[in-house]
Amino acid sequence: MRFMMLMIPGGYETAAPDALPDVKHVAAMTKFNEDLQKAGVLLALDGLHPPSSGARVSFKAGKPKVTDGPFAEAKEVLGGYWMIDVKSRAEAIEWAKKCPALDNEVIEVRRVQEVEDFTNLPEPLKQRVAKVESVGKKQ
Amino acid sequence: MAPDSKSDVHSAIDAIWRMEQAKVIAAIARMVRDVGTAEELAQDALVMALERWPIDGVPDRPAAWLTQVAKRRALDRLRHRKMADKKHPELGRELEEQQDTVPDYDTALDDDVGDELLALIFTACHPVLPAEQRIALTLRVMGGLTTDEIARAFLVPEPTMAQRIVRAKRGLADSKVPFMVPRGMDRTARQGSVLEVLYLVFNEGYTASAGDDWMRPQLCNEALRLGRTLAELAPMEPEVHGLVALMEIQASRTAARVAADGAPVLLLEQNRARWDQMLIRRGLAALQRAAALGKPSGQYVLQAEIAACHARARQADETDWQRIAKLYDALAEVTPSPVVELNRAVAHSMAFGPQAGLQLVEPLLQEPALQRYHLLPAVRADLLAKLGRMEEARAEFERAAGMTRNERERTLLLQRAKACAN
Repeated sequence: MRFMMLMIPGGYETAAPDALPDVKHVAAMTKFNEDLQKAGVLLALDGLHPPSSGARVSFKAGKPKVTDGPFAEAKEVLGGYWMIDVKSRAEAIEWAKKCPALDNEVIEVRRVQEVEDFTNLPEPLKQRVAKVESVGKKQ
Repeated sequence: MAPDSKSDVHSAIDAIWRMEQAKVIAAIARMVRDVGTAEELAQDALVMALERWPIDGVPDRPAAWLTQVAKRRALDRLRHRKMADKKHPELGRELEEQQDTVPDYDTALDDDVGDELLALIFTACHPVLPAEQRIALTLRVMGGLTTDEIARAFLVPEPTMAQRIVRAKRGLADSKVPFMVPRGMDRTARQGSVLEVLYLVFNEGYTASAGDDWMRPQLCNEALRLGRTLAELAPMEPEVHGLVALMEIQASRTAARVAADGAPVLLLEQNRARWDQMLIRRGLAALQRAAALGKPSGQYVLQAEIAACHARARQADETDWQRIAKLYDALAEVTPSPVVELNRAVAHSMAFGPQAGLQLVEPLLQEPALQRYHLLPAVRADLLAKLGRMEEARAEFERAAGMTRNERERTLLLQRAKACAN
């Protein structure tokens, strides 16, 4: 089963665009990442620049509206993710628990949807979904 | 610690056990120098966890907790043995040393068991054991699957699998197999045994069919996970990366290789949109790691290179058959076998035409090992048909149909025979 561990660092919603992570924290996180790799469960991971250098595109009545970061109203923003392949939800949670996260950091554990999960789709649409999905996973 | 519900604690224990078991066993095996004993002591620790954690809550450092409990048991046992047998002063000395070097559990523990983990997998895969025992023991100590799960995956009753594991542990003890990572020439041979075990496990899962127990496909994940772990423990071994690459790429086809009605779909007819590009990318990366080591390609690297040729082609007709033919030539030199030779013939026919393939197939007709192998006449029939030799092709398709045990395959072969007659 594939799970995403979504890292939600408190305060990241207002971090400066050029904010750099603490070296010690990066070292601890790298050790965690290496442990995931050594355990053979890590599929992919990425970190994200602060939202202050990003943008939000929201929609109303089909019309997109662009707001540049930082997003004052956002309570939680993403800082990065890990994609892991484990046997159960409980195992994904145990891995999240091992993360050397800081006091204000939250990890949300979510199962990755597979095209097989969409039991309501007609077969041709399912094929298209699968096709896009597989290209999306290519770098 | 907030009190969890009982079932939450139990699924947490299951997960923690799966994640940490091998490390606990490895750490204990370093002390007691016997994998069987280490596994039993680790089991004792698990039993203790199952008793205590639902009451006390899961400790903050569960792996450290488990190892500490198992180590205490190990020390008790060593002490007991020391008293029972004073003729072995070296054991006493060893025990004193162990006591001096018991590490600080709050900081250490998860670390520095790399060598012991490697020793554990090498020991479990020791060639002194028959293959089925190696597989059972490896999954038991490295995999974190329960005996029941292993039994279901291999379609045998649980007591049979339990017996197999007991025999494996006894076999290692009786043969006095040392708990260590082998060195030099011995290491190369022993590594072959480890890779063989992992690939056997993978293939057992890969050949699972629709009606099978859901645990069977789990074996692919398990073999892949162990292979990835091994690649981090032995990063300088190209064949380890080769096997990982091969398994990643084969696993990438899982969704495409079975039709909705459960019938197997041949590689060239698979819907490539269903191939998992993330696993393909990982497989190609593993191959790069192997290539970067600059050593001659072994059988797993070559097989992975062949799989990679298919993975890189976005459509079947974009396949680089000339490269595949060359890779099969190399594979036939590294691991000559009639089945490799037959695959080589198919690759050559795709690269250089049916006549080139047929030339490689003809000598195989005398091969005793292929006398009952239906793919030999099936391949030959296909090549003959492509060359317009319809009467010979029909006879060969019929011969192949008479040899296969698979009903779907027989139907298909008879259809092709009939088509030749027209």
